[in-house]
Amino acid sequence: MSHGSEWPLWEVFVRSKAGLDHKHCGSLHAADAAMAIQLARDVYTRRQEGTSVWVVRSDQITASDPGDKEMYFDPAADKVYRHPTFYVLPDAVDHM
Amino acid sequence: MQASIARPEGAAALYALRIADTCLVLGQRLAEWCGHAPVLEEDIALANIALDLIGQARALYAHAGAGRLDEDQIAFLRDERDYLNPTLVELPRGDFAFTMLRNAMVATLLGELWKRLADSSDGELAAIAGKALKEARYHRRHAGDWVLRLAGGTDESRRRTEAALAELWRYAAELFESDRIEDDAAQSGVGPRWSELRAAWLAEMRALLGEAGLATPREVAFRSTGKLGRHSEHMGYLLADMQFLQRSFPGGVW
Repeated sequence: MSHGSEWPLWEVFVRSKAGLDHKHCGSLHAADAAMAIQLARDVYTRRQEGTSVWVVRSDQITASDPGDKEMYFDPAADKVYRHPTFYVLPDAVDHM
Repeated sequence: MQASIARPEGAAALYALRIADTCLVLGQRLAEWCGHAPVLEEDIALANIALDLIGQARALYAHAGAGRLDEDQIAFLRDERDYLNPTLVELPRGDFAFTMLRNAMVATLLGELWKRLADSSDGELAAIAGKALKEARYHRRHAGDWVLRLAGGTDESRRRTEAALAELWRYAAELFESDRIEDDAAQSGVGPRWSELRAAWLAEMRALLGEAGLATPREVAFRSTGKLGRHSEHMGYLLADMQFLQRSFPGGVW
């Protein structure tokens, strides 16, 4: 298993059934996109997990900096007014 | 040590048995890659394919046993001469190029066979074929993709692919040698003689090899005879490995 590290890493997204979103489920090594799709099928959909697969090279994903976590995300903690829970809904409107 | 059983009899049962043995023996060879494939992802892919093939064999054994013999008995308690798989599938797994090219050859054959068997006069066989066809199509895609990559890869991968082709092609002719078992099946509408699949198989293999930039080898006079139960020297070792557990612990289950 020595060659695996020479292939680029791909992130795998699987849609479990029609109408749902593709969800990130893991990553794998593959030489190119076609191989990544094929291997994703074998590695991540063996137990009927999927009806559709997306792959994207891991180095094509731009991620937020972990060092920015506090600045980016903590300020949202006390902004309850951003949740639309203060409207009075008519009784006829269910399941909001 | 559990004694051997007599194989199922009757042309229809033997016809199914030949296909089942082809699937089981190739499945056994592919399972040998478990833990040894070049990369982890491919290790899983090969195990998936091996289990697809063994699953196809199970369904066919249960069908051929017709309630008298169960699938384990048929799979694990026959003597070498009672296995009817072509020699091609029992050859040692070789290197990765050899495995992939053989998979492409066998998946192309089985794909054509399952397509025809979907119209079998035997309803159960037709149902098995309908399910197996989808699996064979994927096996063909997977193996064909690798043949292209290896033939167009490095000097080393191309050399290995060419060597595999020269070795494996000698065993292709046997696939299309038909006998009484297949004549009977064809006449009763159970399934085609494998010889009827030759033109389609050759066209598809030629297309694959052409795309890979490999010349289709010429047919040789040599004929292997595994389909008749006369196997290569490799078969005995394969069976010893495969049958050991069931013969030592009869009826053992997980």
